[in-house]
Amino acid sequence: MMENTQFQDDAPLLKVRGLTRSYWARTGCAEVDLDVWPGEVLGIVGESGSGKSTLLSCLAGHLEADAGSVVQGGEDVLRLPEPARRRLMRTDWAYIHQHARDGLRMNVSAGGNVGERMMAGGARHYGSIRDTAADWLQRVEIDPARIDDRPTAFSGGMQQRLQIARGLVTAPKLVLMDEPTGGLDVSVQARLLDLLRGLVRDMGLAVILVTHDIGVVRLLADRLMVMRHGRVVEAGLTDRVLDDPQHDYTQLLVSSVLPA
Amino acid sequence: MIHVRDVSKSFTLHAQGGIVIPVLEGARLEVAAGECVALTGSSGSGKSTLLRLLQGNYAPASGRIEVAGLDLATATPREIAALRRDRLGYVSQFLRVVPRVPAHDVVADPLLQLGVPPAAARERAEALLSRLNLPQALWSLSPTTFSGGEQQRVNIARGFVHPYPVLLLDEPTASLDPLNRAVVLDLIREAKARGAALVGIFHDREARDEIADREVDVSLFAAAP
Ligand SMILES: Nc1ncnc2c1ncn2[C@@H]1O[C@H](COP(=O)(O)OP(=O)(O)OP(=O)(O)O)[C@@H](O)[C@H]1O
Ligand SMILES: Nc1ncnc2c1ncn2[C@@H]1O[C@H](COP(=O)(O)OP(=O)(O)OP(=O)(O)O)[C@@H](O)[C@H]1O
Ligand SMILES: [Mg+2]
Ligand SMILES: [Mg+2]
Repeated sequence: MMENTQFQDDAPLLKVRGLTRSYWARTGCAEVDLDVWPGEVLGIVGESGSGKSTLLSCLAGHLEADAGSVVQGGEDVLRLPEPARRRLMRTDWAYIHQHARDGLRMNVSAGGNVGERMMAGGARHYGSIRDTAADWLQRVEIDPARIDDRPTAFSGGMQQRLQIARGLVTAPKLVLMDEPTGGLDVSVQARLLDLLRGLVRDMGLAVILVTHDIGVVRLLADRLMVMRHGRVVEAGLTDRVLDDPQHDYTQLLVSSVLPA
Repeated sequence: MIHVRDVSKSFTLHAQGGIVIPVLEGARLEVAAGECVALTGSSGSGKSTLLRLLQGNYAPASGRIEVAGLDLATATPREIAALRRDRLGYVSQFLRVVPRVPAHDVVADPLLQLGVPPAAARERAEALLSRLNLPQALWSLSPTTFSGGEQQRVNIARGFVHPYPVLLLDEPTASLDPLNRAVVLDLIREAKARGAALVGIFHDREARDEIADREVDVSLFAAAP
């Protein structure tokens, strides 16, 4: 009955140590340490400019880190040769952008968007690619009859769900998300959160989720990290960090939102 | 099942000039399997604080808080999360759920987290909801729009859906009618009978007298201001 693998997996999927990136004299992120395990969501919050996107971009390889290591399976991802690193981002990892249009090809059909990532991961058979794409559209609650529509014909919430389908179709182990629910209205957000919770549980995904929304992390994140001026000021169990914050900055952040 | 020794807890309010609010000092509590202990004490004495410490929601300043074998003062966040998944149940006063998730899934969720197959989890959830007299028409709706008493019953069902060896209850009968209050008291009795250790806050004095084996007055641990 308790075959769920998240209990046995005691080694973290990802170990980040000392991750640092500056922009000339300005700090992006500094000496960030974090671990993520399969089947859990790590939330990252902090004021604007605190270094959340810099951190995520360094992890994803969109930005080069100045120092630090990002170890997965005994290997420092930051030191992988470029082709191996790109392969990783195309299959084992997924990055969900805040603006769906940055993560989608807007002039390619919905099915093509999902299929393209499968092909990048090695899939070749057209019929099965199309079937899997249709199945994923269904899983993110997009009518498969719209498989040939372009994302430009979709609402913001649908585009975001399509981006998630595209990212998850290769069954990645790690998903990086920068404000995935920003700019969506509350009911669309709720739908997306519910979907993500189910996928984390069913696929054993590890998720690093950057957001401004304390309500979202309370519902979705198992653990929470608070950043300020590029550094981690507090980290721990999400509800403990939010309900019994120790650091003065965390107290300020929590007190400036209405209770959920 | 629960051993609390010399626990102290205070809150430092940085935004208000760093004032320190001392709440508990030298708190002690022992709860055996099959026992139900009620926390009592005046408003503001620290009943909810102690319950939250037992849940891992608040961090103790010092002392030991052992719950089902885990010391919450030194445990890692992941150890606490694992404890909550299979050994430590909690019925909170507030319902916090992703909007739009139907009530029967909210209740089944702890079982899904444990790897119980969805159909079996749903079945157990619905059995509890029906026992708590939540109209069947509501099961497939999100509890965010439910009345206080309906939300509370969803919370209670969620807390009793898995046979947790330790169960914490914050005002489990507060907004219930007599019929449902009786159901909750029965659920508590059954949990005791299967050997669960329970700690609760019950402002409802009759309920407390009926099911608590002992009372612990939290004012005894009042920290000197
Ligand atoms: N390309 C860049 N060039 C120079 N400075 C940058 C650049 N990108 C980010 N910064 C600076 O690095 C710091 C961290 O920025 P980052 O975008 O990581 O913050 P953030 O936490 O994601 O903020 P937000 O919540 O507003 O998205 C800020 O001071 C920012 O001005
Ligand atoms: N998260 C917190 N931050 C700051 N102070 C807190 C926090 N939680 C509790 N306190 C303070 O601790 C003291 C005890 O509060 P607690 O809620 O435990 O009392 P209680 O015995 O449950 O009271 P009631 O019967 O009114 O519910 C109060 O002074 C309260 O303001
Ligand atoms: Mg950002
Ligand atoms: Mg209270």
